[in-house]
Amino acid sequence: MPEFVLTVARFGFLILLWIFVFTVVGVIRRDLFGSSRSKSIVASPRGVGGAVLGGPAPAKAKRGKAARQLVVTAGQLAGTRITLGEAQITIGRAEDSTLVITDDFASARHARLVSRDGQWFVEDLGSTNGTYLDRGKVSGPTPVPLGVPIRIGRTSLELRP
Amino acid sequence: MPRIPGLKTHRNAELGLLGFSMVLVAVYGATVEANQYDKISSTFWVPAALLSLLFLSLHVVIRFTAPFADPVLLPAVALVNGMGVGFLRRLDIAKAISDKDPYPGFFAGVGGRQLAWTLASLILAAVLLLVIRDHKQVSKYAYTLGLIGIVLVMIPAVLPRSLSEINGAKLWIRIGGFSIQPGEFAKLALVSFFAYYLVRKREVLSLASKRFLGIDFPRGRDLGPVVTVWLLSLLVLVFEKDLGTALLYFGLFVVTLYCATERASWLIIGLLMFFGGVYVAYLLGESVGGPFANFYDRAQVWLDPFNAEFYEREVGGSYQLVQGLLGLGTGGLFGTGPGAGSPGFVPEVRNDFIFAGMGEEIGLFGLSALLVIYLLIVERGLRAAIAVRDSFGKLVAGGLAFTLGLQVFVIVGGITGLIPLTGQTTPFLSSGGSSLMANWLLVAMLLRISDAGRKPASGGPQDRAAGPKQPPAQLHGAMTEVIKP
Repeated sequence: MPEFVLTVARFGFLILLWIFVFTVVGVIRRDLFGSSRSKSIVASPRGVGGAVLGGPAPAKAKRGKAARQLVVTAGQLAGTRITLGEAQITIGRAEDSTLVITDDFASARHARLVSRDGQWFVEDLGSTNGTYLDRGKVSGPTPVPLGVPIRIGRTSLELRP
Repeated sequence: MPRIPGLKTHRNAELGLLGFSMVLVAVYGATVEANQYDKISSTFWVPAALLSLLFLSLHVVIRFTAPFADPVLLPAVALVNGMGVGFLRRLDIAKAISDKDPYPGFFAGVGGRQLAWTLASLILAAVLLLVIRDHKQVSKYAYTLGLIGIVLVMIPAVLPRSLSEINGAKLWIRIGGFSIQPGEFAKLALVSFFAYYLVRKREVLSLASKRFLGIDFPRGRDLGPVVTVWLLSLLVLVFEKDLGTALLYFGLFVVTLYCATERASWLIIGLLMFFGGVYVAYLLGESVGGPFANFYDRAQVWLDPFNAEFYEREVGGSYQLVQGLLGLGTGGLFGTGPGAGSPGFVPEVRNDFIFAGMGEEIGLFGLSALLVIYLLIVERGLRAAIAVRDSFGKLVAGGLAFTLGLQVFVIVGGITGLIPLTGQTTPFLSSGGSSLMANWLLVAMLLRISDAGRKPASGGPQDRAAGPKQPPAQLHGAMTEVIKP
C-alpha cells in the first residue's frame, strides 16, 4: 500500500474524529440555544382580555405568540426550562410537583399554571407566603403575559415564546 | 409512543450521529488493516456493521421508551465503545501476524470478546430502560441498593488474595478463568443511595453553619456522614490497595453532597480530608509498612518512574508506566496512525493502559478528541441533572455523570503520571465485561433521567388518570431533620 494512502488515512481519521466532535457540539448548541430566539425583549404586563392598561403598547409585538417554555430566571433552579404542553404545571416543594422548588418560602403545593385556549393562568393554591405576578399578589386565576416574572419566595419564573 | 406534534425529540439527530460514529469505527478498522496487512481486506467493515446493528437496536429501544432522551449520549458513547473494540481487534490482528495465524475471525480474540460484552451490556441497558420507566422508582430501593453497594465494595477486601488480587490491587472476584470487578457496579448502587440520603438530609446539611474566613462551614455534628464515608474510602485504600477506587467513592460522595447543599465548603473540606488521609497513609507506609506498604510503593513509583531501581523491579515497579509514557511520547502530536504503532511493548495494554496504547497511534490530537468526547458525555449528564425537576433525579444524574468523569480522570491521570497509577478501567474503552456493563447501565440511567427532564411538562391529574395508577411518590412523605441552633 503506497505511503501516501497511509498518510491520508492517518490524518483523515483524526480529522473525521474532530469533525464528529464538532458535529456533536453543534447538536448540543442547537439544543441549548435553538428555541430561545427573543431573549432581549421583555414585554410589559398586559391587562385581562387583552385590554391595554395605559402606557405605550410594547406588548403589541408579542401578541399572537404563544408561550412555549417556562423558564426559571432566579432562585436555586435558575436556568431550568420546562417545555409547555397542554397539561397544567404545579409548583411547590412536594416531590410530585411538576417543578419542585426547595425554596424556604415555598409551600408544599404552592401554585399552578393552567392553559386555556393558549393563554396561561397562574393560580395560588393557598400558599403561606403567596404568589406574585410582577408586583401584584395573585388571588384568583390570573393570566400570565410573556416575560412577566412570577415570584414564589426567592424563585422567579417567566413564560417565553 | 407519545408523538406530540411541534415538539422536537431529536431522535433523528441521534440516528445521524450514530451513523457518523459507526463510519468512524469502520474507517479506524480499515486504517488498521492497511497498516498491518498492507492491504484492506474485503471484510474490514464487518465489526463496525455488527456494532451498528447493536447500537441501532438500542436506538430503537430509546425511541420507544425514552423518546425525549438526550440525543448526544448514545452516539458519543457508541463511538468510544466502537474505538475500544477496534483497538482490541487491532491487537488480535497484530498477534495473528506475529504467530503467522490467518486473518482472525470477528468473534475471536479480545476484540471478539469485547463485541460479545458490548452485546450483553446493551441488552442490560435496554432492560433498564424498559423496566425503570420513572427514575423515582429507584428511590424506593435506596437502602437495599446502599447495602448492595457496600457489600460489593467489601467483597474483594475480605476475599483471600489469590481470589481477588490482580497486579497488586485487590479489586476483583476471580472464579476460574473469570474475573469481575464488583466496584464497577457498586458505584451505581452507591450513587442512588447517596442521592436518596442527601435529599432527606440536605436541609440540615445546608442551612446550619458557622461562618469562618468568609466560607460557611458546617457544624461539627453534621460532619458525621462525610467522616464515615471518608473512613470507608481510606479502608478501601488500605485493604484494596488502590488509590483510584478510594478517590472515586469519596469524590462521588463529596460531589453529591456539594450538589445537594450548594456549599463549596464541602468540596474544600473533602479535598483537605482526602489528601490529608492519603498523606498519612503514605507516611505510615514509609515507617510502618504492612497494609500501607503497597500504596507507599506506588507513590514512590509515581514520583520517580524513570529511576532504574523501580524500572527493573519485578512486581510493582514502574516498567508499565514508563512503557506507557514512552508510547505516548512516540505517538507525539499526530500519532503513528491506527495500526502502525507497537502497543505490544506496554503490559496490560488492553485494560489499564489502553489509553497509552491508543495514544501512540492517534497521538495527542486524537487523544484530546477522545477526552473531549468524554467531557461531552459528562456535560450531557450534568445537563440532564439540571433539566430534571425532582431533587432525587438531579442528584443521581449529577453523581453518575461526575463518577464517569472522575473515573476517566483517575485512569488517564495515572497513565500520564499526574497521580499514582491505579487499577481503574477506562470507561467503555478497556476490555472487560464488568466495566462495560456497569458503564452502559450508567448511561441508560442518564438517558432515563434526561428523558424525564426534557419531556414536556405533564403530571397534571388528566395525565395521571390516563396512565397506569402511579404509587405515591416516596420522597414526598420523607421527614427532614429539624435544625436546632
